[in-house]
Amino acid sequence: MAINPKTIHSARGYLFDARDLVVGFGEKIILDGVSVGLRRGEILGIVGPSGCGKSVLLRTLIGLVPRMGGQIRYFGRDIDRVTERDRRKIEKRWGVLFQHGALFSSLTVKENVQVPMREHLSISQTLMDELAELTISMVGLNPDAGAKYPSELSGGMIKRAALARALALNPDILFLDEPTSGLDPVSAANFDELMLNLQQTLGLSVFMVTHDLDSIFRTCSRLVILKDRKVLVDGDLDAVLGFEDDWVQSYFGGKQARVEYAEDRDSGVAGAPT
Amino acid sequence: MIQLALVENGLRTQTDGTQFVLRPFGSWIVRNLGEIEDALGETEFPAGDGVAVFDLAELERIDVAGAWLIHRAAKTLAARGCRLQFENIGRGARILLEEVAASDRDPILPEPEKVTARGMVESTGKSVGGAANDLVELVNFVGNIVTITFNMLRRESRLRLTSIIYHLELMGLRAVPIVVLITFVIGLIVSQQAIYQLRAFGAEQLAVNFIGIVILRELGVLLTAIMVAGRSGSAITAEVGAMRMREEIDAVNTLALDPVEVIVVPRLTALVIAVPILTFIGNISALVAAALVSLFYGGIPIDVFIDRLRENVDFINFTRGMIKAPFMAFMIGVVAIMEGLRVGGSTDSLGRHTTAAVVKSIFLVIVVDGIFVLYYAFVDG
Repeated sequence: MAINPKTIHSARGYLFDARDLVVGFGEKIILDGVSVGLRRGEILGIVGPSGCGKSVLLRTLIGLVPRMGGQIRYFGRDIDRVTERDRRKIEKRWGVLFQHGALFSSLTVKENVQVPMREHLSISQTLMDELAELTISMVGLNPDAGAKYPSELSGGMIKRAALARALALNPDILFLDEPTSGLDPVSAANFDELMLNLQQTLGLSVFMVTHDLDSIFRTCSRLVILKDRKVLVDGDLDAVLGFEDDWVQSYFGGKQARVEYAEDRDSGVAGAPT
Repeated sequence: MIQLALVENGLRTQTDGTQFVLRPFGSWIVRNLGEIEDALGETEFPAGDGVAVFDLAELERIDVAGAWLIHRAAKTLAARGCRLQFENIGRGARILLEEVAASDRDPILPEPEKVTARGMVESTGKSVGGAANDLVELVNFVGNIVTITFNMLRRESRLRLTSIIYHLELMGLRAVPIVVLITFVIGLIVSQQAIYQLRAFGAEQLAVNFIGIVILRELGVLLTAIMVAGRSGSAITAEVGAMRMREEIDAVNTLALDPVEVIVVPRLTALVIAVPILTFIGNISALVAAALVSLFYGGIPIDVFIDRLRENVDFINFTRGMIKAPFMAFMIGVVAIMEGLRVGGSTDSLGRHTTAAVVKSIFLVIVVDGIFVLYYAFVDG
């Protein structure tokens, strides 16, 4: 059932396309020949056991962790061969939501959202204020949240505020590192809804590292499973659920209700999750 | 029209009787926002009732920011009494415009702070109250430390030897090179000046008395304490502050441990032991520098230098310098830890409190020195 990554990647239409990534710290190899790509408009979920290098993969893709081998192409251009200026241009086309938000703690939420605008756009303060308000409203925060400091926010609000900052420059790609971790199930479901909504209205493509099964079933259009430093499976939910592997089976198998829900959804029957 | 044609992204307008037609063209995306905002700023919107037609046929690309600008223009026109009409609107643009309209809401503007006479008096009063509070907190804190120390004597609290030795290495051993260097250089400078000034009277040898006393009583201990305040005081504040930010202090509390016992006492003990030792090393280093300057610049042989030092500089000068060291160390430690415990949630509060710790502890080091000077002046008559 699994689709060979190599054959997919020869196809066109990838926003980014990473091949044969090798990443390690000293002697320890974390990723060994991992290939992933992101198509326009899809929500790609990265799943794997704890410590398998999911977050490292994300950080490698956005250039925070150096790689020992492999090639990354963004919008068809090799990231190693572009000039510094073009690299900045590429960086403006992605937004990153870090696991703990990584909001600037000395700035208010509104100022946080305005940081990328202030640095990269030459627009008036009024327009910047309006756009920040708009983005804060779009991610579902109350109007008074804009004037608050990150230390005054709850976990869910921090994630939303960080998402607002990631969306500030209208990116093509959104990188999310465990967006629903630390949220209660209702907040997590709301966050998933928000993401689906944004993905449909804004035409975002999302690369998401996650542990949250509910989130996977609700949002992901494709899954990549990392295990033992390599890509184990790359395909849609059906392909993953049908994959013969102990870890995959125990990860997804224990959640029969969710699987049934997913099947219902696929056959077009409306059903409430959990 | 001609000048607009050179622009890739912008807005063309046209008035047909009561119809005002707006034709956005090019890519209305966030990257071109500056250009588009300028174009919109130059556009004159008609007043009064009419029909405003948005013709999006020439619009190549649009995103949320572009949609917001169209939405804003539409809002302005509607507020002036125009009827709105959209033409050639694509599916993507429609979704975006709807989404933007749905998220548009009146912002809550924070009340601007007014500067009033009353406010100024109030803030002055508050900072005086804050200073008084500081003092109460300091006394409270020191009392806490004393209690824990007595508990240690009664063996109800543990003296954490490993932790103390670890901090001794960080604050003591690792500080030796810089303390030696600074006191050596200051020793060179002071003795050169002393010899130069006394040479006019042909009394170079008297310089040894002056240098010996000034180094042993004042300079050695002051410079060492100031170095330690800058080096270890800031480190302690940053460390304790980061521990507070990451809730580690709370964790210590909930594990039925006393933060004063676990965090404060080891650091303070280490400082109180390390600073006198560093002062002693600093004194020696400054004296060595003075001897070298006397030899090469003042023409005083080393054995003469040592003899004069022995004859004219009493041992009491040495003890009166050294006795200050533990008091200064205690002040540095207490201030650094207290500032660390006050760090709030944001990174700039960490920076602010670290700065405050260094400034306050250097100030207090000098105050302590002044108190000792006054005391000796009183005792010696």
